[in-house]
Amino acid sequence: MYQTNMYEGLLAETVMMTGAHGETINAYLARPLGAGPYPAMVLAHHMPGWDQWYREITLKFAHHGYITISPNLYFRTGHGAPEDVAAKVRADGGISDQQAIEDLEGAMKHVRALPYSNSKVGIFGTCSGGRHSYLAACSIPGFNAVVDCWGGRVVMTPDQLSPKTPVSPHNLTSNLSCPVLGLFGNDDTSPTPEQVNQHEAELKKHKKIYEFHRYDGAGHGFFYYDRAAYRQAQAIDGWQKVWAFLEKNLSS
Amino acid sequence: MCTMIVEKVKIDGSGKGINGWFKLEQANVSYDHPFDAPFEHALNIDFVNESQGVGARVAVELSEQAARELARAILDVLDQANTDGHI
Repeated sequence: MYQTNMYEGLLAETVMMTGAHGETINAYLARPLGAGPYPAMVLAHHMPGWDQWYREITLKFAHHGYITISPNLYFRTGHGAPEDVAAKVRADGGISDQQAIEDLEGAMKHVRALPYSNSKVGIFGTCSGGRHSYLAACSIPGFNAVVDCWGGRVVMTPDQLSPKTPVSPHNLTSNLSCPVLGLFGNDDTSPTPEQVNQHEAELKKHKKIYEFHRYDGAGHGFFYYDRAAYRQAQAIDGWQKVWAFLEKNLSS
Repeated sequence: MCTMIVEKVKIDGSGKGINGWFKLEQANVSYDHPFDAPFEHALNIDFVNESQGVGARVAVELSEQAARELARAILDVLDQANTDGHI
């Protein structure tokens, strides 16, 4: 608990890291100042891109005591205003799941190797980033906690599969290697409450450790304070759930 | 991407972006998350010229009703122009 006579400090900067296929991509890294050891978080940004909201919550996680890295998953699409880059990705049908998984794995390895890491690493994402976070936690070992915020298309029908998205993430649940926290709005259309139920059924079936919280009066993106979708009370409660879950699973 | 509903169409014309007019080569039409319009999903049209970089983009984000009205109006105007012998 913060006391007003305590010292606080953060360092935040753009860094380069090794992502999929051994390629170098950029990322935003923020960390508390101090010797640590600190737990770490990987943030998988949402469909609107590697944008200001994600850089701001990178700082938010660091403020709460986490070494936090947000890799630019759209690095290979080119550079410009974040929404111009994201618009091109949207037009191209998104990025491939395999590339996202490997970029997120690279981010995990990057923060775990830092000398002030406690070697525990979680992953958090919203929207497509929630899906990518869950997908990564089901596809590669090494994460200690995953937070899926309203990830759409975690439950996919066969006709939605494509070369870029060849597997429905919920069908990989047996491989999930860490506890999962899921936050969802009951007015969301992607994922729908029915899809959230299907996802939960898979977690139960495979006896995974999970917490799902469903919010009335909230739709997709209810954490986004810069969007009409923002729901103050639900967002405050959701963030409290996030901090409690991470404290439980990532503390030394 | 959350819906993945997108179509690309080759187009011929000009668009005015933040750096002035540029030649348009493609329109990307999607029903997915908008960046600014206050909807969960919108009918998004990006008029682009990819050869000039990702910033060569004129964007609109429309409600479903607005998009249908726009599509109807475009076709009506073209039909009228055809009727009047301009096409």
